[in-house]
Amino acid sequence: MILHLLTVFVLAIFVGFEVISKVPTTLHTPLMSATNAIHGVVLVGAIVAVAALFGAHAHAPVVTVLALVAVTFGAINVFGGFAVTERMLQMFRRRESPNK
Amino acid sequence: MSSTLTTLLDLLAIALFILGLHFLNAPSTSRFGNRLAMVGMLIALVVVLVGTLNVGWWVVVVGIVLGALIGIVAAVRVKMTAMPQMVALYNGAGGGAAALVSTVELAVSHTHHGELDPLVAVSLVLSATIGAISFAGSIIAFLKLQEVMSGRPMTYAGQQVVNAIVALAIVGLVVVFIWHLGVVPAWAYPGLVVGALLFGVLFVLPIGGADMPVVISLLNSATGVAVAITGFELSNELLITGGALVGASGTILTVAMSKAMNRPLTNVLFGAFGAHAGQEVAAAGGPQNVRSVSVDDVAAMLAYASKVMVVPGYGMAVAQAQHSVKALADQLEKRGVKVLYAIHPVAGRMPGHMNVLLAEANVPYEALLDLDAANAEFPTTDVALVIGANDVTNPAARNVKSSPIYGMPILDVDKATNVVVLKRSMRSGFAGIENPLYELPNCSMLFGDAKASVDALVAAVKEL
Repeated sequence: MILHLLTVFVLAIFVGFEVISKVPTTLHTPLMSATNAIHGVVLVGAIVAVAALFGAHAHAPVVTVLALVAVTFGAINVFGGFAVTERMLQMFRRRESPNK
Repeated sequence: MSSTLTTLLDLLAIALFILGLHFLNAPSTSRFGNRLAMVGMLIALVVVLVGTLNVGWWVVVVGIVLGALIGIVAAVRVKMTAMPQMVALYNGAGGGAAALVSTVELAVSHTHHGELDPLVAVSLVLSATIGAISFAGSIIAFLKLQEVMSGRPMTYAGQQVVNAIVALAIVGLVVVFIWHLGVVPAWAYPGLVVGALLFGVLFVLPIGGADMPVVISLLNSATGVAVAITGFELSNELLITGGALVGASGTILTVAMSKAMNRPLTNVLFGAFGAHAGQEVAAAGGPQNVRSVSVDDVAAMLAYASKVMVVPGYGMAVAQAQHSVKALADQLEKRGVKVLYAIHPVAGRMPGHMNVLLAEANVPYEALLDLDAANAEFPTTDVALVIGANDVTNPAARNVKSSPIYGMPILDVDKATNVVVLKRSMRSGFAGIENPLYELPNCSMLFGDAKASVDALVAAVKEL
């Protein structure tokens, strides 16, 4: 299992370097906020953790609270990250008609 | 859903992330890219939600609704000038989530059995540590950028020793945790998390505002790595890939930013740059011998130029002058003046900060030149209009070996026929370094708030 996961990890790093080194400086801020949103995929991990927690026989309420905060943080990261990137990229559109 | 289907859909999500990032490499396709990544995320979320249906659903629903609400409202409301701190906050949320997922997983596995699987033990403790550091560091970066806290480097005697002790304590606890496969005294894990949070705070405190582009990139990278490691803990390829992509991207940006300042990363992180330079300048003493000009002089200079290069810096962002700058460019272009913009990689507080602000003001991205392209243009430029930029235009970086910024690639504004610097006062720049540019014979200063000055220029050019 670990070898399989490591392979995925290393290949993803190479792909990341390859793809991202082509992004021009003009787009570095949107790139940063888009990748920010992508690490929001931790939300998937948070949901998995909630499932594991409720699948367990007993758990302390404080852990439930932590799980809830984890999901909330993950969701802030995903939704906020994509929304703010979208907003920024709208400004990078080529203007078809002069707006005045 | 069968596990094959789940795996295939996760693979599709991963492919969409990568394609999304690929399409971010040009302004014209970038929105499409962002949307591809969004679709990937949607698929990933639907897959995991269907797979965990009915198990603790209220926590998931409440969390997602709450998080989405907070995230989207903040994204819509935030001003473009405040983008660096916004990104820092989202980044902190991701790091915090990674640390919390590990904490919950630890609690769950402790109710089941004693020792953790070695892979889980290693990844759990690392994800919690890095996630917590990134969370706390991002919050401090946010507070500094929002100017709730001073943006100046905060230093005290023995700071490096304190940081080193905290770091060693963290490493010690991590090793103990792994060695005993998670079967450690009850205080050890909370102690580790508190230590990591403390370290996050301590390591960002001494870093000054001008170095924020590096810190933000680094924290972004750290959260990516924390998420990837969380993926190892949960044996989830989606998290591993997503996290690794971000880790790579953050690393590229961190290196690019350090290079643009010609300072090794270690110097940015541990150098507390600019903490003491202020006193040295004061000691060197005396006001500089500079020439101050009026708005009308500058307006005439600009209006009768054939090529003007605008050099924006953090001062433009602070004064929110980007729309006024665009208005001035429109006036000049009406008169046949060619207006270009020279963007230094570390101008502002995050990578690409100036580009976003100018894009907000509808400046076409074709007019934005990067360092090399801009420097090729300066010798044929009539007027270089420096708006709230300082250190990135300092010619001392080229030839004064004793200067703290010696060797940093700069914008060669001094090679333009005329240089006009818009500045609030003669206070030195963030790094507290005197700028000999201001004493050059072809340089003149227009003092005042950047936005007010540019607005006055617009009016004056109109009347010519």
